[in-house]
Amino acid sequence: MDILVTGVLLGATYALLAMGLTLQYGVSRIMNLASGEMLVVGACAAFWMFTAQQLNPMLALWFVVPLAFALNWLIYRGLLRPLVRRAKSRGQLEVDAILATFGLSFALVGLMRGAFGGEFFNYSFLAVPVQLFGSPFGLNRVVAALAAALVCALLYIGLHSTRTGMALRAVAVDPRSAGLVAIDVPTMSAFAFALGGAISAAAGTILSTFLTLDASIGVIFTLKALVIVIMGGVGDVRGAVVAALILGLAETLVASLIDPGLTLAAAYLLFLLVLLFRPQGLFGRSAR
Amino acid sequence: MKRRSALKLAAAATLSPAVVLPTAALAQGATIKIGAVAPKTGGLAGGAAVTQWPSIKMWVAQVNERGGLKMKDGSRRKVELIEYDDRTNPGETIKAVERLATQDKADFIVSPYATGLVLASAPVFAKYGYPQIAVSAITDKTAELTKRYPTIFFTLGNTTAFASSVADVLKKMADEGKIGKRVAMVNVADAFGIELAEAARPIFKKYGLEIVYDKSYPLGTQDLSPVVKGAKAVNPDAFVAWSYPPDTFALTELARIEGLNVKAFYTAVATCFPAFVGKYGKSAEGILGAGGINLDAPEIQGYYANHKKITGADADYWAGPVTYASLQVLEQAIEAVGAPDRAAVTEHIKKATFKTVMGDWKFNNQVIEQFWTVGQWQGGKFVGVASTGKAGEKAPILKPAW
Repeated sequence: MDILVTGVLLGATYALLAMGLTLQYGVSRIMNLASGEMLVVGACAAFWMFTAQQLNPMLALWFVVPLAFALNWLIYRGLLRPLVRRAKSRGQLEVDAILATFGLSFALVGLMRGAFGGEFFNYSFLAVPVQLFGSPFGLNRVVAALAAALVCALLYIGLHSTRTGMALRAVAVDPRSAGLVAIDVPTMSAFAFALGGAISAAAGTILSTFLTLDASIGVIFTLKALVIVIMGGVGDVRGAVVAALILGLAETLVASLIDPGLTLAAAYLLFLLVLLFRPQGLFGRSAR
Repeated sequence: MKRRSALKLAAAATLSPAVVLPTAALAQGATIKIGAVAPKTGGLAGGAAVTQWPSIKMWVAQVNERGGLKMKDGSRRKVELIEYDDRTNPGETIKAVERLATQDKADFIVSPYATGLVLASAPVFAKYGYPQIAVSAITDKTAELTKRYPTIFFTLGNTTAFASSVADVLKKMADEGKIGKRVAMVNVADAFGIELAEAARPIFKKYGLEIVYDKSYPLGTQDLSPVVKGAKAVNPDAFVAWSYPPDTFALTELARIEGLNVKAFYTAVATCFPAFVGKYGKSAEGILGAGGINLDAPEIQGYYANHKKITGADADYWAGPVTYASLQVLEQAIEAVGAPDRAAVTEHIKKATFKTVMGDWKFNNQVIEQFWTVGQWQGGKFVGVASTGKAGEKAPILKPAW
């Protein structure tokens, strides 16, 4: 039970990491290598609001999310839209987007270093034990898991029962056909990218309540998110959540029962198995 | 294409003054160029931002405020600092040191940050004959390395001393009947943590301590609760973690949440950071960590106040002041020689005694043999409780329950 809860809590953390990237890659076709940096931006903002303004990180979310949405919209319009316009094929867009966002990740690290310095930042928020099934767990982790569940639920409902959600899904399936049925593909792509960025930043705000971060740590999160997105099936929200939970549970199982030193090995073994037997991802449809 | 080349030209035009400036300064013989290579990004950037960079900036500011370094002819030459980010990548460290030596023609180069990066760059320092006063480098191979590289100096200590000091502190507490002898030990699976854990195993045994839990975890693990739960399950008397900054913070927070109550709790790097007490406040009381300092020593008076004034941040209680001391050694050696003569300065460092914020320093076979090993948070200050012969060791206290 202990292992199960710990695993689910970790899985929820991973789900938060990956959700934004799933949306950005699935709909806008942008493999955003600066996703981890956007997460650190959210964490930085929360840290600054907590230490300088004494603002509760959960309240900080109300500022972080709209600001990150706007920032990512601008990034898409300014940086990525020209790439989309000139790309002749999906493959070319992916390569260009990877290169552009790779560059963007360095720019963001540099900006954060300039603004906040390179030191580690962390603070104490809700670092109190709560009893779940007779064992103590950090309240901040439980809150993060609940927030992750909430974000997933909202996203799922939004995608499946609103008009915009349907449009987003249509663009994800086939941008050209979506255009034929009067869906504004460029706007939808920008919207999906901005929403994904906002979710990443929100994840950063939530994770900053229990992780120690610094300006250049984003790449670790990008890597984890990539593994989860690819495992889950590109562009599938359910897949990302399931993959994140599997990863969290597997890592906790291995750490508790075998050896904490083997968690990374376990994670990548799972990744390898998925790639070998379901290269399109757990929920993904075969490309051909 | 045309527009692009025009842009390049424009960029080159705007950049060139910056490139020309140092050469012009050199022609006048006005400044002494000091190169510095350390992480500003990458895994160790957070540590370097507390320990390495502020001490360098503070020293440069103070030397220039005094008018510069005094030369043989009585003139003073200001210090010009050239900084490079090695992105916590040994390949980049080597390239940057090469560049400082050959392109920038730096007069002296500050030793890089962290054991792996210091050792990776040691051959380059030796090749170009630059003295390398290493601080943030802890290894048991000092004898071998100083023999191989006549330019390297060690100041912060060695692996065995750090492991034995922890064992010593725990054994004393156990002998006085304050704690039992069952130790839970964990380490980060990185050169630093692995070396210390390997050194600690036989030493702990020799001191009569029993290691009842012994696990490692990968660098960058996002959830360490299985580790803390595992340690708690064996009900140890003491907890020792050979950890790096992010895991130091995570292990401490989780130990508090899980209620891992031991009377001796040790986490290695970053326990001495001001951010540690900033995050844990009163809960930090009694936590043991790597480093320590004697805050009552007359030499250290003023260091912390000046650090705060010049860099705007609080200094740590371990390698920060030692980094500053290593620069004082360089300063005093350059002034004694009276010229930026690297060979003469290296020889002078080997022989002379230096007055530093860490007390009087004299290198024995290129190594400083008196250093702090274990510190403890006592009343909001991180004080030294064990060392290899430093004055002013405080008695360790038992950690109160969380």
